[in-house]
Amino acid sequence: MYNFDFVKPSTVEEAVAALQDDEAQPLSGGQTLIPSMKQRLNAPGTLVSLLGIEALKGISSADGVLTIGGVTNHATVAAEAGAYPALAALAAQIGDPAVRNRGTIGGSLANNDPAACYPAAALASGATIVTNSREIAVDDFFQGMFTTDLEEGEIITSVKFPIPEVASYQKFEQPASRFALTGVFVTKYADGVRVAITGASEEGVFRWAEAEEALTANFSADALAALAVPSNAMITDLHGTAEYRAHLCKVMTGRAVAAAH
Amino acid sequence: MKVQMTVNCRQVSGEVEGRTLLVTFLRDGQGLTGTHTGCDTSQCGACTVHVNGQQVKSCTMFAVEAEGAEVATIEGMANADGSLSVLQQAFQDYHGLQCGFCTPGMVMAAASLLAKNPRPSEAEVRRHLEGNICRCTGYHNIVKAIMAASGQHVTAVAAE
Amino acid sequence: MPKDGIGASTKRREDIRFLTGKGRYTDDINLRGQAYVHFLRSDVAHATLNGIDTSAAKDMPGVLRIFTARDFDGVGGIPCGWLITDRHGQPMQEPKHPIMAEGKIRHVGEIVAAVVAETLDQARDAAEAIVLDYDELPAVIDMKAAVQADAPKVHEELTSNLCYDWGFVEENKAAVDAAFDVAAHVTTLELVNNRLVANPMEPRVAIGDYAAHDDSSTLYTTSQNPHVIRLLMGAFVLGIPEHKLRVIAPDVGGGFGTKIFHYAEEAFCTFAAKQLKLPVKWTSTRSEAFMSDAHGRDHVTKIQLALDADNNFTALRTDTYANMGAYLSTFAPSVPTWLHGTLMAGNYRTPLIYVNVKAVFTNTVPVDAYRGAGRPEATFQLERVVDMAARELGVDPAELRRQNFIRKDQFPYATPVAVEYDTGDYEATLDKGLELSDYAGFATRLAESKANGKLRGIGLAHYIEACGIAPSNLVGQLGARAGLYESATVRVNATGGIVVMTGSHSHGQGHETSFPQVIAQMIGIEPDQVEIVHGDTANTPMGMGTYGSRSIAVGGSAMVRATEKIIAKAKKIAAHILEASDADIELKDGKFSVAGTDKSLNWGDVTLAAYVPHNYPLKDLEPGLEETAFYDPSNFTYPSGCYICEVEIDPDTGKVTIERFTAADDFGNIINPMIVEGQVQGGVAQGIGQALLENCSYDSDGQLLSASYMDYAMPRASDVPMITVDHSCQTPCTHNPLGVKGCGEAGAIGSPPAVINAVLDAMHRAGKPVAHIDMPVTPAKVWAAMNH
Repeated sequence: MYNFDFVKPSTVEEAVAALQDDEAQPLSGGQTLIPSMKQRLNAPGTLVSLLGIEALKGISSADGVLTIGGVTNHATVAAEAGAYPALAALAAQIGDPAVRNRGTIGGSLANNDPAACYPAAALASGATIVTNSREIAVDDFFQGMFTTDLEEGEIITSVKFPIPEVASYQKFEQPASRFALTGVFVTKYADGVRVAITGASEEGVFRWAEAEEALTANFSADALAALAVPSNAMITDLHGTAEYRAHLCKVMTGRAVAAAH
Repeated sequence: MKVQMTVNCRQVSGEVEGRTLLVTFLRDGQGLTGTHTGCDTSQCGACTVHVNGQQVKSCTMFAVEAEGAEVATIEGMANADGSLSVLQQAFQDYHGLQCGFCTPGMVMAAASLLAKNPRPSEAEVRRHLEGNICRCTGYHNIVKAIMAASGQHVTAVAAE
Repeated sequence: MPKDGIGASTKRREDIRFLTGKGRYTDDINLRGQAYVHFLRSDVAHATLNGIDTSAAKDMPGVLRIFTARDFDGVGGIPCGWLITDRHGQPMQEPKHPIMAEGKIRHVGEIVAAVVAETLDQARDAAEAIVLDYDELPAVIDMKAAVQADAPKVHEELTSNLCYDWGFVEENKAAVDAAFDVAAHVTTLELVNNRLVANPMEPRVAIGDYAAHDDSSTLYTTSQNPHVIRLLMGAFVLGIPEHKLRVIAPDVGGGFGTKIFHYAEEAFCTFAAKQLKLPVKWTSTRSEAFMSDAHGRDHVTKIQLALDADNNFTALRTDTYANMGAYLSTFAPSVPTWLHGTLMAGNYRTPLIYVNVKAVFTNTVPVDAYRGAGRPEATFQLERVVDMAARELGVDPAELRRQNFIRKDQFPYATPVAVEYDTGDYEATLDKGLELSDYAGFATRLAESKANGKLRGIGLAHYIEACGIAPSNLVGQLGARAGLYESATVRVNATGGIVVMTGSHSHGQGHETSFPQVIAQMIGIEPDQVEIVHGDTANTPMGMGTYGSRSIAVGGSAMVRATEKIIAKAKKIAAHILEASDADIELKDGKFSVAGTDKSLNWGDVTLAAYVPHNYPLKDLEPGLEETAFYDPSNFTYPSGCYICEVEIDPDTGKVTIERFTAADDFGNIINPMIVEGQVQGGVAQGIGQALLENCSYDSDGQLLSASYMDYAMPRASDVPMITVDHSCQTPCTHNPLGVKGCGEAGAIGSPPAVINAVLDAMHRAGKPVAHIDMPVTPAKVWAAMNH
């Protein structure tokens, strides 16, 4: 890979200042960034490690909202997000144990890989993405695969998840990468059900509005019987056709509803 | 730039570039060639080491990120007298390795599992090895070795 | 007797170094002052290469030299080790396989230029500054399209993309066709044997070194057969005589066939080291491995089985297209022919067989042997078509097999495809497999699966393989350009310890443990008195290496022969000291005694006398105790077995789960059961990988779609079950001294058809019958098959 300068600030302000440089990029767990740098697909002049910023780590729960620091790793969420069990369970399924010890929630959301798990949780939870400069409603955050509303140099400092009454994440793994071939996160709140699907669409994570409506009226897998996700925007690749992914959307949604607790 | 860390309870330091991976620092800088590189997409796990007690893939972490950390590698896993640890011994006893290339990563991953979950089920062992690929053994004897190392009963080798 | 002799599950001594991080793999070796090479590889599949502009790159920091094809004038191409003669008596088409692309690029990953620099990063930086001038050509990917008259040619100098059109046994073709004309039933199956990448966990590495003081070259490489590399590279590529070339393959992290072959990178590093007078090191990344390691399998086949009214197999014919890739790798032409056609009888008495194979050049990575090499392809199509016939006829697939087996009393059995099986008992392994898999109890498990909303199926497959490769005179007639003997030097030291220098090579098979068990048994000493040396041409006799399940059957036999010579000589020494006739000397438990007397000598007394020959028959016998033997087998060995797989299918997602897997093998005699079981377990996992997960895929432009572990699905721990392994059925090989057959490839040969037969059985039982699904049976494919 290309060489770069490395800085490890201890405050958000220092990190933001370091990221003013056009060539600078933030580094959190690096589990996606480092492999892409090995392929020389990414060539930052400076990497600004966020892992030295204690303020960005940790999990807290208050007033029905679970707040996770931007550089909290997946293993920590799996172990400590007990207030939101479906979210903890999702974190425990990302990658493998070594990846979970490094990869962070902020890094995952900022990258917005179309097959990543966290975007589904954030979107299904109506989460708020808190950055060094503002708060972004999740419905405005994801803007197609690998694209988000984040500005250059903007850092995710925390993510706020309203805790649902019940929820579940059901992931069908792509057999090679073990990312989601299709993953569905279903939540039920007092004001309705949200269904967010990752891995399936060319557009990245999306909400399945028809299912939300049907499940809000009747929170049962049976409510999905007459519904189908159109396959035209689904991904076709070595591991499955668009038609198969569209089918999995429904199957995994049904399973998530059945498993929600 | 200079980096300093503890590797297998020994203070070490060296000059690295920003892009120097932890695995490169260990292998080329410290001569600890037991940690291997088997892929470039962070999946095979041959490079697994412990950093501050947590298993990580040393091919997906820069050496500078381990500044001040406590790093443990396969070379530090044996007992103080040089004899094999219980886990290492189980890998030998149950034929949990063939070519040996993935083995250091397997041992480090398994040690991490047993530290958190002293009596894992077979399914838990298999699930924990998600990020460690072995091409020789079919995992059968690796799983048995880890179960045996946790003190659980497994059938003797070549007696099934 | 030693406690760890033949038949003991001795723990592996080599494990200690691997478990403590002290293994010494090629990439662990760094030579003083070494330079690093980065290969610039093509990212297009087929192009005319007009020019390479290295002007900007050559002056970049650290660059020592940039090599292109023009630097290899006078250097040979990478040789092919096997010449196939086609149906019409013509030799195969054999294009040059250059070290680097010469005017034309023929596959993604082909080396176009090499940058040698002081550091690897400098080499990579400079490679990015090289400018290629090329005109892309239409890629030749699909094999059937490739042999059409109007297809673009991979090699302009050849008449077509057809390497050879092989018929076997050509003289039988008419009789086979006639048998089909009168058959009561014909089952026809078209299938693909999916292209695979071997993926040993250690990527390939090569380090070339040159010593000016004696004009000698050394290559450190990740090879299964260092002597073969020395011969091919020295004699055919670089023109270095063997006495000036040393090849060292230290600890090697798995091979599975793909480390048999001589590769351009090995020749390059050796060549460049001499040019630059510096060690030159190359370490493959995994991404590079996907586009430069020889791939495996990749056959497209139509097979037909003819049966009479009593369900006896009367004839078999198959037509296969076999992908060679862009160039002929070392043993590539032999894989779909002699390692495949000769196995088409399988375990059955089918009297008439005809095999046609068309080997085709395409713009893909060369294809060569991968664990099993030809035999998995033969077994898969045969065991699929037999299962399909059983389904069509409404008979139990186990019983259809049993009815057509070669019977125990028919051995030695000459098949219609030119081989003679020495021993076997196929009913015994079938019965053992049925028993251990609880075949009879399947209905109960099926009911449980149904209650859980799952489909369940059971599938079996029998296999036969030709191992212990191979009789040199026979393979010579068949086109091999090498002998396939093996060698061993047994050196007994003065104090009784033994060093065995074997031409065989261990890269996971455990030679360092199992070979001493044999010597310990023969002499009656403990195995820890025996050390095995392998992997260095400087200190081992000329050997052909490890592949084709040949190590113990051929390499072990060479060691036995050398040890027999040692024992014969030691008896003469003992006879002299004990003042007896050597015919009266017995060796037991490490002690020489005179029959019928209490006179005896310990092993160590005799070995010491051999080196301190004071009281010694110097007139008749040389001092010392060191013998070499070369063993050339008189036949192949024929391991066989019955594999039974049980699967569950989730009908909603199509995901297949292996619930049970049973392997009942006949490997003849067994040296170390623990190691044998490990070989089978690993082989079965690779077979499950082929059946369910692995697929090397190109698009129509020749781009490799499965180019990393992100898209090439390797079996993980959660993809395979515990595997029940049995090897109690033993019909010892009749023609080697140990009665062994070899076990390294069986698992990968027998398992894919068992898995697929189980999957199709599950679908059939669920009322969703499908004639065939090609491997890998991914969830998406299974779901589509059940819903269309």
